[in-house]
Amino acid sequence: MSTTMKKGAEILIDAVHKEGVEYIFGYPGGSAIPIFDALLDSPIKFVLTRHEQGATHMADGYARATGRPGVVLVTSGPGATNTITGIFTAHMDSVPIVIICGQMPTFTLGLDAFQEADVWGISSPIVKHSYLIKKIEDIPRIVKEAFHIAQTGRPGPVLIDMPRDVSSKIIDPIGISPNITLPGYRIPDKIDQKDIETAAKYLSEAKKPIIMIGHGAIISKAYKAISFLIEKMRIPVVNTLLGKGCFPETHELNLGMPGMHGTAYANKALEECDLIMAIGARWDDRITSKADAFCAKAIKIHIDIDPAEINKIIEVDLAIIGDAKEVVEAINVVAKKGNTEEWIKFVNKLKKQFPLKYKKEGKLKVQHVLDELYKLTEGKSIVATDVGQHQMWTAQFYKTSFPNQWISSGGAGTMGFGLPSAIGAQIGMPERQVVVIVGDGGFQMTMSELATASRLKLPIKIILINNNYLGMVRQWQNIFYENRLSGVVLEGNPNFVQIAKGYGIKGFFIKRSADVRKVLGEALKYNEGPCLIDIEVEKEDNVYPMVPAGAPLSSMILEPPKKKTNKSTGGA
Amino acid sequence: MEENKHIISLLVSNKPGVLIRIALVFSRRAYNIDSLVVSESNSPDFSRMTITATGNRKTLVQIIKQLNKLVDVVHAIDNTDKSIIKRELALMKIRCDADKRADLLMLINACKGAAVDIGEKTMSFEVSGPPDKIDAIKKIFEPYGILEIVRTGATLMARGDEGTA
Repeated sequence: MSTTMKKGAEILIDAVHKEGVEYIFGYPGGSAIPIFDALLDSPIKFVLTRHEQGATHMADGYARATGRPGVVLVTSGPGATNTITGIFTAHMDSVPIVIICGQMPTFTLGLDAFQEADVWGISSPIVKHSYLIKKIEDIPRIVKEAFHIAQTGRPGPVLIDMPRDVSSKIIDPIGISPNITLPGYRIPDKIDQKDIETAAKYLSEAKKPIIMIGHGAIISKAYKAISFLIEKMRIPVVNTLLGKGCFPETHELNLGMPGMHGTAYANKALEECDLIMAIGARWDDRITSKADAFCAKAIKIHIDIDPAEINKIIEVDLAIIGDAKEVVEAINVVAKKGNTEEWIKFVNKLKKQFPLKYKKEGKLKVQHVLDELYKLTEGKSIVATDVGQHQMWTAQFYKTSFPNQWISSGGAGTMGFGLPSAIGAQIGMPERQVVVIVGDGGFQMTMSELATASRLKLPIKIILINNNYLGMVRQWQNIFYENRLSGVVLEGNPNFVQIAKGYGIKGFFIKRSADVRKVLGEALKYNEGPCLIDIEVEKEDNVYPMVPAGAPLSSMILEPPKKKTNKSTGGA
Repeated sequence: MEENKHIISLLVSNKPGVLIRIALVFSRRAYNIDSLVVSESNSPDFSRMTITATGNRKTLVQIIKQLNKLVDVVHAIDNTDKSIIKRELALMKIRCDADKRADLLMLINACKGAAVDIGEKTMSFEVSGPPDKIDAIKKIFEPYGILEIVRTGATLMARGDEGTA
């Protein structure tokens, strides 16, 4: 046998390594054993998780924190189907991950063999693209295409299904072409200069403009171009949940997050604006709410690399298809400063009039914890969150200041995302402090990954906002369903500090407002490994401001309603 | 919103699984596919698809964009208002006793169709043409009793020297 002979699995892992992959997150199983065998001889480091969903969120968190694709390796059948929630999460938020699934041998496909699932079919609505490798000669090309597709244009997850007979077959790979052939894959690259000039003209003429920054701005690394535009033109800014970190939220022109639980001043400014330019933001229903009433008086400009986003939710006056950075840089060349000082004065007045606030007396408030966390970390941590009330409060109170600082499941709203995504972020950014804010509900969905964090001694600070409720659902039941609480009490919660201890993780407990700074400060200094801070907070607090789903922004509720609120009818 | 018939042409990679991705785009927006024709193009690497579907215009615009976003789709184009050659083949089986055969054969000839099979009590014929012609022919034979009708669905081609998109 020639020494250049290689197994399909080795060719696969070699090809993945050529893409610059440093880590693979995953979980083994029968159909993936040849690939795991090849992994032993590769410089790629493998992170064994406790569940395939955890692995997928880790790859996602790694990708969001580093800007590089995350890679997942799992086995066939349940191993592959367990990644589905993670794939969906990455798909909704345009995160580049590549999922490699072991599969039963090709000759058993469709015959209900043991652990054989049609993962290609199951995943097809939630991937950017997917492959089933049938010929060993196709491996280098497919891997190259998968990484190319995952990272370019509007990023997203790409799945590779790898049958065991293909990964076990042996050939001489010399001379196999890895050249990609993607005639149907186009990345918009020509920007129409006329559109740029029109945008610049609109921006200069607007008296009350707002720029809305979305995740696409961060993905395209448009931060400098956007800062330049905002400061040169003096235009107030809102950032979407996933746009956090592109432009400092501490800046006087930044109004923070708009929408359902956005700041009151952001929403009120949106109601008044005469122009809104979205950069890499897709007019999500959590922001636009009642779409036809959204910024009704404003000229709407939409910059997006994905043509399918144009006029999907909001009919715009001007669409510029292209990379956010290139488009904004082109606008910067031609845009002339207008007069926005009156508008800025007005917006600043809104900021003073409707600040984010919370009561400091009584039981411990989540906002108080987050406020202290923000101060103690000086706003410099990478912040991951789970999904729910704590996520919205963190979005309100933790002001971001650098790109890829904010890691949160936006479009999918995946509970259980927090802890594993923070693990992926910490692995990708070992020099950075990573804090993750979780609720007692979502945390328990992927809590088993404490083992992964503990084993790798990752100094993640797990801040557990514990109210013994599924708080966001309780809030909706409280406000819109006459407080008829159904399925939201988390009876049977464990003692989380004891759980942490069981994994060899340091635990802290906070119950009193007076202890927050001291104990949190202590926990933040602990760097021997992960630590968990179980924080017992007021059980029945609601997140405000709140725009009822499907209602116009003008129906925003600023504080607990004094009388009964009608059930929301406009949407979910 | 007003629902209309639309005719869409696609050039796609000729490999397994492409059809499911395309069908998913339609089904996710609750858009019904009326007919779908797939065949190899002049290059074995690509297939041509012609899809006729019913729904509102705004949704269709979105569907076309999402089809074009698929990696396996080289292009997808709405031909609804374009001047194109549209053809469809239909087979019809009509109730026909021996004494009616001459009548029916005359009618089939008048429609530029051709009888392809004669049974004891039936006659089958083929006819081709634009889909609206097939609709009209169907009406002509309805009084005799159409037992079965099988249509290929519309295929299309650009007129003149222009290439089919």
